Amino acid sequence: MHPAPSVIIFTSLSGIGFGLLFFLGLGLPAPTAWAAFVFFVIAYLLAVGGLLASTFHLGHPERFLKAFSQWRSSWLSREAWLSIAALITMAIYGAGLVFYGVAIAPLGWIGALLSIATIYATSMIYAQLKTVPRWNTPLTSLLFVVVALAGGALLSANINAAMMFLLATGVIQVAYWIGGDQALRKSGTTLGTATGLGKDGEVRAFEPPHTGTNYLLREFVHVVGRKHAAKLRIISLILMIGTPILALSLTFNHVTASIAVITHVAGVFVSRWLFFAQAEHVVGLYYGKR
Amino acid sequence: MTELPAQTNRKLGLVIDLDTCVGCHACVVSCKGWNTENYGAPLSDQSAYGANPSGTFLNRVHSYEIAPETGGVAQLIHFPKSCLHCEDAPCVTVCPTGASYKRLEDGIVLVNESDCIGCGLCAWACPYGAREMDTAEGVMKKCTLCVDRIYNENLPEEDRVPACVRTCPAGARHFGDFADPDSNVSQLSAERGGFDLMPEQCTKPVNKYLPPRPKDTMDEVDILAPLLAPVAQEPKGFMSWLDKTLENL
Repeated sequence: MHPAPSVIIFTSLSGIGFGLLFFLGLGLPAPTAWAAFVFFVIAYLLAVGGLLASTFHLGHPERFLKAFSQWRSSWLSREAWLSIAALITMAIYGAGLVFYGVAIAPLGWIGALLSIATIYATSMIYAQLKTVPRWNTPLTSLLFVVVALAGGALLSANINAAMMFLLATGVIQVAYWIGGDQALRKSGTTLGTATGLGKDGEVRAFEPPHTGTNYLLREFVHVVGRKHAAKLRIISLILMIGTPILALSLTFNHVTASIAVITHVAGVFVSRWLFFAQAEHVVGLYYGKR
Repeated sequence: MTELPAQTNRKLGLVIDLDTCVGCHACVVSCKGWNTENYGAPLSDQSAYGANPSGTFLNRVHSYEIAPETGGVAQLIHFPKSCLHCEDAPCVTVCPTGASYKRLEDGIVLVNESDCIGCGLCAWACPYGAREMDTAEGVMKKCTLCVDRIYNENLPEEDRVPACVRTCPAGARHFGDFADPDSNVSQLSAERGGFDLMPEQCTKPVNKYLPPRPKDTMDEVDILAPLLAPVAQEPKGFMSWLDKTLENL
């Protein structure tokens, strides 16, 4: 799949933003006044900024309100509803903390639940697609949620939770990669089943429909850069998990915390880039590619 | 709503005969022509006469080679591919706006372009590459089964079929109702063993493909063969020396 920067930025940043909102909703921490204001501004910049970035890849962003209509069948529509519900609930909860110094705990819990549900809905947009075997697994949702929780725990300075979720991210990420590398083969979809000609012998793409490229090849067949996948996986693990854990276990102050957050976000970007760049859409088979 | 209808009254679709198709691309051209001038936004081209031409097509013809496992003669198959108007169309249910829908009356999968936000998720969900985002218009384009021809009473009756079917010079494309077991397409598919593309994706395509017939094999009846045994198997003279020298190098 084409790793569009808008979608990589959106899934990474909004995930971390909603992860932070999750911890704020649980009251971990429950700051008041200016401290609360700063926490909520950071969370909203990340979550809303990510959502705005996602509209950059739309053909007609001005029609985005229509995307709220199909929540009964579409995960994209559900994501729109859940994100708005989470943002509104947490805005009321945040206003209580900032202006009145009160934590309306049940509201915070609902907001935390909605934040996690939003991340889950985002992940299901990808995990539901049978056409991309690498994504079509519960591990995709697990990975999205755990990465968001790790980022949220880091930003909300929940050190123990951050350590735990960072380690969990590492385990799930590696499991996702190992499973993903076999996903296309295990899906059973080949050029033989795609053309229905496989029972007569070995099918080979002889001639494409046109000499140039097209939307399908640009969007679904991204093979450039895959050759560095193994190195990028290690870089992503080091940045996303290794450095933050090391920084946090040394000593906790603003400098180490900043290093942990910045390298973590950079690592998440690399991991998300690989998530898209390595994903094989079965339509590539028709073109003799994957 | 982008929920799929439990059942459609008719199942209009195509039978594509891989035995007959000659790969002339006439269906591609007539499809592009009709659908650029009629239903919805035109099918745009980018840099049509430039170095990297690219454009939106609803129908494309691939060519594949089958090498039989038993050896024998390889076959070249021309393979037109357009929307299969699936009964379980994954492209419809993922649509967040309701722009994509499957018609209750005839099962045609369509896009209401004024509702499309151009997110591209339906194209991601389609395993067949049947949907293409139009670069100029920013909306999703797909085969309409020429919905503006098949019911069009302003056209002569013989023209009330999809443009690709009407134009095919080889008679490799057939249009009809698969819900009716006596229709031309149902009969043809049953007789010739029409099959689905990627059945493992569980999309239940309406369009069916007819398999190419295997190539004839020639029996080895060659009465002159014993008399025409190869004369010189080993090189002699200078060639023999050259052969040995090269061998020893």
